[in-house]
Amino acid sequence: MAERSVGLVQPQKIDDDALRETVWTRVQQARNVKRPHTLELVRLMATDVVELHGDRLFGDDPAMVGGLCRLDGRPIVFVGHQKGAEVEENIARNFGMPHAEGYRKAMRLFRLAERLGLPVVTFVDTPGAYPGAASEERGVAEAIARSIQVMAGLRTPIVAVITGEGGSGGALAICVGDVILALDNAIYSVITPEGCASILWRTPDAAQQAAVAMRITAGEQQALGVIDRVVSEPADGAHAAPDETARRLREQLVPLLDELAERDLDVLLHQRYDRYRQMGSFADTGPHAPPRVERPTIADRLRVLLGSGRSVLSGDLGPLRPGAADEVDEPPLREEI
Amino acid sequence: MPIKLPFRQRGRDLPADLWTKCPDCGEMLYNKQLEKNLRVCPKCSHHFRLRVDARLAQLLDEGTFEERDAGLESLDPLGFVDQKPYPERLAAARASTGIRDAAIWGLGAIGGHRVAICVMDFAFMGGSMGSVVGEKVTRAAEVARADRLPLIVVSSSGGARMQEGTLALMQLAKTCAALGRLADAGVPYVSVLADPTTGGVFASFAALGDVNLAEPKALIGFAGARVSAGTIAETLPEGFQTAEFVFEHGFVDRIVPRAELRDALIELLLFLGPRPTPRPTFAENGTGNGILSRPLAALLDPLAGQEARRG
Repeated sequence: MAERSVGLVQPQKIDDDALRETVWTRVQQARNVKRPHTLELVRLMATDVVELHGDRLFGDDPAMVGGLCRLDGRPIVFVGHQKGAEVEENIARNFGMPHAEGYRKAMRLFRLAERLGLPVVTFVDTPGAYPGAASEERGVAEAIARSIQVMAGLRTPIVAVITGEGGSGGALAICVGDVILALDNAIYSVITPEGCASILWRTPDAAQQAAVAMRITAGEQQALGVIDRVVSEPADGAHAAPDETARRLREQLVPLLDELAERDLDVLLHQRYDRYRQMGSFADTGPHAPPRVERPTIADRLRVLLGSGRSVLSGDLGPLRPGAADEVDEPPLREEI
Repeated sequence: MPIKLPFRQRGRDLPADLWTKCPDCGEMLYNKQLEKNLRVCPKCSHHFRLRVDARLAQLLDEGTFEERDAGLESLDPLGFVDQKPYPERLAAARASTGIRDAAIWGLGAIGGHRVAICVMDFAFMGGSMGSVVGEKVTRAAEVARADRLPLIVVSSSGGARMQEGTLALMQLAKTCAALGRLADAGVPYVSVLADPTTGGVFASFAALGDVNLAEPKALIGFAGARVSAGTIAETLPEGFQTAEFVFEHGFVDRIVPRAELRDALIELLLFLGPRPTPRPTFAENGTGNGILSRPLAALLDPLAGQEARRG
């Protein structure tokens, strides 16, 4: 049986109190409003920062920032989510939740980087894309999908850094690249712990269990192969010493960008495609009969009824029941943000 | 003492009853009639969800479907446990739905046009996208590219599968990257959005069709409506997150009633079907978004052409 499996095979102990405590502390760290965000980090680690605005289609999203700067003398394009450190700024920044125009601004800057031959560094820190009506009207889903696609094929090196919350598609839309770094209190998940809990546990109070079950910490994400490298934070967390955090990030980024710049672009793109191509965990159990396409007749149904004992024992699957998709007993398994 | 036989519950293999109540108009519909009508209510044309077998039977020419990668099954990369371990949920879903994961893909023909087609089934864990769904969409796109066959994906999904964590999220990247290559190669892709197409599926391959078709009144949206209404105090506009809403805002090309879907695809395939010679590609761009590629630019630029001739 061909198998492709990664890392963490032991069933997760979601009721282990100590584990929950550890994981939840990291979630709180990742969400700490005093944590340095994209603009703070860029100003601390780079020089000649020029912020650029607007998506050239609709507007300028304050939850997504980007522009040009020099990292240790090397010109780069930076893009990142931007939260605020105070309540008022946070409201103005929409708590780091971009609308469609945020992702279109990001794409515009990615393409600029490609044309100028500059590497891209992104800073990821969002609870998710904004889930409101305006966002849906302007096609936030399309913008996210397109941004992922643009990054996957962008002919210039990309390094992404998850600095805080890596919230689902809204994070991934600017987190596709050649190397993915994360600060050690960063989290990365397919849905917020609260969202996962309210769907699978039917109460947001189980957020801590959900956080443990989803393996959202940077260390676990590295074990899964989703991120490549964890950058340690100063002892009390990034918010306690933003300048030291920025210094440590720059120390990692500079040699990495130099190394990526050496690579042939075709090779780089091939490697980037392969990086995502091999993600997933599944087994190939070999050929099976295709599902029956004809509608079952009474004779078929009788045969199924009589044969069902055997089919349960042999593991063969019966014909498909037409109404099943309209009566799914599971709650809809969708991301909430 | 009653003898216990290893029968499954009757209801699993046989319809629980002969009638279905239409959730829209309340009409009692005879199941056989409903299936004959492609599971569309004859009175109010409410589109019930279609299982993968019925969808393939409706769209494809009879006897042309060859399934590929039928044996792919999700593993449990996280050791995920909520109130039930994930492997138990998977086993239960396999037993109750008769399929191995939420998508099936293969090669077939529509009105004589060869296509690669991938169809999702909402009955399997809400059509959620885990590693298998992502892999099947990606393989379909890769084979479509290699064989220069138009790709059709019929989506019906609540989004990414939480039980596979960020590996499910990575399927967004995997599928979008594969579709980028498909677009670069100049091979067309038609996305059909059926009820529901939400979350990570809408935010990846379902939104990226060269042509996007939607079934009437299908739920199509990014974020769960509950969250949109709950976490942000906003009244939601009329018909929010329906096929009609996304059509009005320019994200699907056409809303096609189920009975006309096959003909609509045939009509498109007459334009999109394989050509005798491959067109120039947009390979340099990697996004298929229309920036001229170097080979194409060279064709248009006389100086570049001369250099090429001299070289």
